[in-house]
Amino acid sequence: MKTCLVVDDSKVIRKVARHILETLNFKVSEAGDGREALDSCLESTPDVVLLDWNMPVMSGMDFLRALRDTTLDRRPKVVFCTTENGMAHIRAAIEAGADEYVMKPFDRETLESKLQIVGMA
Amino acid sequence: MHQPIPQPSRSLAVLAALLETRTGQQIGTERAWRVETALKPVIRDRGLETLDQLVAEAACQPEVATIVVNALLNHESSFFRDAPVFDIVTEAARDMQAQIGTRRLRVWSAGCSMGQEPLSLAMCFAESYKDHLADLPEIIATDVSDSALNRARSGRFTQFEIQRGLSVRRMIEWFDSTGPDWTAKHALLRNIQFRRMNLVADPLPGGRFDIVMCRNVLLYLAPKVRRKVLDRIAGAIRPGGLLVLGAGETVIGQSDRFRPSGKYRGLYTLDGEIAESVPSA
Repeated sequence: MKTCLVVDDSKVIRKVARHILETLNFKVSEAGDGREALDSCLESTPDVVLLDWNMPVMSGMDFLRALRDTTLDRRPKVVFCTTENGMAHIRAAIEAGADEYVMKPFDRETLESKLQIVGMA
Repeated sequence: MHQPIPQPSRSLAVLAALLETRTGQQIGTERAWRVETALKPVIRDRGLETLDQLVAEAACQPEVATIVVNALLNHESSFFRDAPVFDIVTEAARDMQAQIGTRRLRVWSAGCSMGQEPLSLAMCFAESYKDHLADLPEIIATDVSDSALNRARSGRFTQFEIQRGLSVRRMIEWFDSTGPDWTAKHALLRNIQFRRMNLVADPLPGGRFDIVMCRNVLLYLAPKVRRKVLDRIAGAIRPGGLLVLGAGETVIGQSDRFRPSGKYRGLYTLDGEIAESVPSA
């Protein structure tokens, strides 16, 4: 069973994403900001991180940069999932190392499609 | 004297006959449940209340019948649907192009819906031919639905549509952000000619094709209509050319003009001499 860490400061979004991911046979864990997510990755690296952009304490971009600087044995696939839907943000995320990008609002088909593209569904 | 009240099954029979006459497609039992859902927006837009009222209007107003047919057609599609097929078709196109030299390859996307399939092909070809873009294959994309074709020609997709099957890298390379939607760049659209065509009855696009993609279309046709369509497609492919069907579709038992391609998994080859050995007319 593949593992996915859902990182979002909204409990509602985390709940919706968890529900969809569980129907796609993922084992899901959650984090409310980038710092919590980084700690979680250091403790147990998931296969995929579904990552919000704007969060308190540590943003999604800061998390991505910090993740790059870690010495994890394997790097999780990182899929941004955000309302920042402009071209500039998308380009910046890819340049920072994101593997895919989901523009909110999202549905099951979108999430499944993006996970297939990164080879995880 | 009271008018007989049309029963739902009678309305369904009228709609089935209308769809089959106009497109060759059938409303099978697996699609029957969708009919009312598909037509609900049309019923509402015309200020009607029931399916029976809409069927009565469609029976005497051809323009309403056209709207109903367009609504009944399944436009379900996504970019790179069954993604491995696009790698295989790109490889086949590369091999064929190496054999035919400078002639432009011709590819037909039959039943192109809102354009995701021909656009996916155009992206693959542009990436594969990046050192000789002038030789890009010619893509003809046809569909029976006017409304789907209008969408396809616009190259415009909603945020939900653009994210189905398309990687973010390809999205930002080949599409512009236009308000809430995403629109295919001219560089992509200019390689595709969209045409309205009923596969069962209309004249075929002129000339012969090297590759025909006709995916998830045959499954909506009656068996005898399937055979007719496969015969028509066979007449439009160069000998040695390739046919691509949907994942659940086959030529077996429907046509003896094609055989499974030994080289390209899941594709069919038109029996006959390969194109290069056929004297030109």
